[in-house]
Amino acid sequence: MNIVVCVKQVPDTWAEKKLDPQTKTLDRESVEGVLNEIDEYAVEEGLRLKEAHGGEVTILTMGPEKCVATIRKALSMGADKAVHVHDPALKGSCAMATSLALAKALQTIEFDLVVLGSEATDARTAIVPALLAERLGLPQLTLARKVEINDGTVRIERQTEDGYAVVEGPMPAVISVVEKINQPRYPSFKGIMAAKSRPLTTLTLADLGIDPAEVGLAGATNAVKEFTDRPPRTAGEVVKDDGSGGVKVAEFLATRKFI
Amino acid sequence: MAEILVLVEHTDGTPKKVTFEMLTKARELGEPSAVFIGTGYAAAAKDKLAEYGAQQVYVAASDDVDGYVGAAADVLAKLEQERSPAAVLVASSPASRETAARAALKTGSGILTDAVDISDGFVAQQDVFGGATMVQSEVTKGTPFLCVRPNSFAPSPAPAQPAEHQVAVELSEGAKGARVVERVVEEKGGRPELTEASIVVSGGRGMGSAENFAIVEQLADALGAAVGASRAATDSGWYPHQLQVGQTGKTVSPQLYIAVGISGAIQHRAGMQTSKTIVAVNKDAEAPIFALADFGLVGDLFTVVPALTDEVRKRKG
Repeated sequence: MNIVVCVKQVPDTWAEKKLDPQTKTLDRESVEGVLNEIDEYAVEEGLRLKEAHGGEVTILTMGPEKCVATIRKALSMGADKAVHVHDPALKGSCAMATSLALAKALQTIEFDLVVLGSEATDARTAIVPALLAERLGLPQLTLARKVEINDGTVRIERQTEDGYAVVEGPMPAVISVVEKINQPRYPSFKGIMAAKSRPLTTLTLADLGIDPAEVGLAGATNAVKEFTDRPPRTAGEVVKDDGSGGVKVAEFLATRKFI
Repeated sequence: MAEILVLVEHTDGTPKKVTFEMLTKARELGEPSAVFIGTGYAAAAKDKLAEYGAQQVYVAASDDVDGYVGAAADVLAKLEQERSPAAVLVASSPASRETAARAALKTGSGILTDAVDISDGFVAQQDVFGGATMVQSEVTKGTPFLCVRPNSFAPSPAPAQPAEHQVAVELSEGAKGARVVERVVEEKGGRPELTEASIVVSGGRGMGSAENFAIVEQLADALGAAVGASRAATDSGWYPHQLQVGQTGKTVSPQLYIAVGISGAIQHRAGMQTSKTIVAVNKDAEAPIFALADFGLVGDLFTVVPALTDEVRKRKG
């Protein structure tokens, strides 16, 4: 069974993120990039499915040159090879354009399952997995907290607001995972060493037959008009409990008319 | 006035509060039409949609639309094509965002998620980077599909007499790929839903165990609040994962957020710092949560919170 895990490099959570005043897009150059956290769970799930059913795990990412570090991280967990969609014209792509580039790249790979993290910590749109299912015409098995495969049918527990739904569909299919699904492994020393020699294919827009006008800022379906920094919250009163702390909090809630 | 489609967010046919928030906002921007997709539609639902000013109600109620993950997107796309609305509003919940995204793609449109306000010209305000930056964005292609964060607007009634239209659904092959076999309700109880609640009480690492979350639940119940948890608490298995507030969990924006035993790491702040009023109880005076709090109490949560709960009960009678 061949599994493609889509991963994204995002700014480190601790880094101060800024919009570039010129392009009004996230300035990715000035911040350290890391593997999007939920994508680690997607890689882990891909590896577990491979271990249970055989096959290969391919890492697929889109982004600038520095994303190679993120690809190596995913490979060091145990993935077999990687595809990097990299083209300057992709900079500033919206979710629609991102899903186009990923869908075209997936059409160059033989796969039974595509696995993604449910959302990235930078833009937090959480729609790319559904868009991929739509573009590829494949079952949308998203927001999975459990994945099972039987006779070519994938069955997931899809997380809902008040519990879960059991959803199933035939392979090939698109899966997104939430962090409840597993506990990602740490790369072993052996894995880190092996990752350096795993095959990495780079694809450009020309390779994928995508018109540069369809992606990047040129093809974006939405745009930032303006942005401002939110004034930081100012700390209010902080008091030390002297035995009447509970009452003091209640008094505060009463002054704000919550009780 | 231009028609605006509002996708009804509902549980088994009962519209959620965010639906009324969207209808209220849509009245400012144009003429709202409610789109109900799924099963459970009844007169009570129509009455509520009418109360908040829906001029039309489109109903696609069949087992099929509930039975496939991609079905709602087919319905929404079909209505968008037939009605050519000025905009489509949906709740920024995980499932509705996916529906809107697929419908936007089908109709050659753009989408913005997690809007906290919408102004003239369908410009959406989004709070990004954990609330540190406010962005004004617009859709530049097709019809704007705007996903609205619950609790962003105050719902206000404006009764109307909507006409009801049944929408026939012919599902595409693509929509039928993922079939819903069963729905399982795990968390019910009487508490409001986390993203909709006007008050949220959350527990963190300081709770120490699953059993101790009863302290947070009792305070929440006294206040009529929802219960949330920090990632430290959900990772420890003390509270259900789907109630996690933070960067990898839910984003909440209630009137009042009470953080109990939560230090306020950046991952948590990303999920709650647009709350209107923040109260924190923590034994560590240096905890970063106090920098955000409108009122902070440095003390032992195991004595402070039960005393607070008693006092709330007393004052509420």
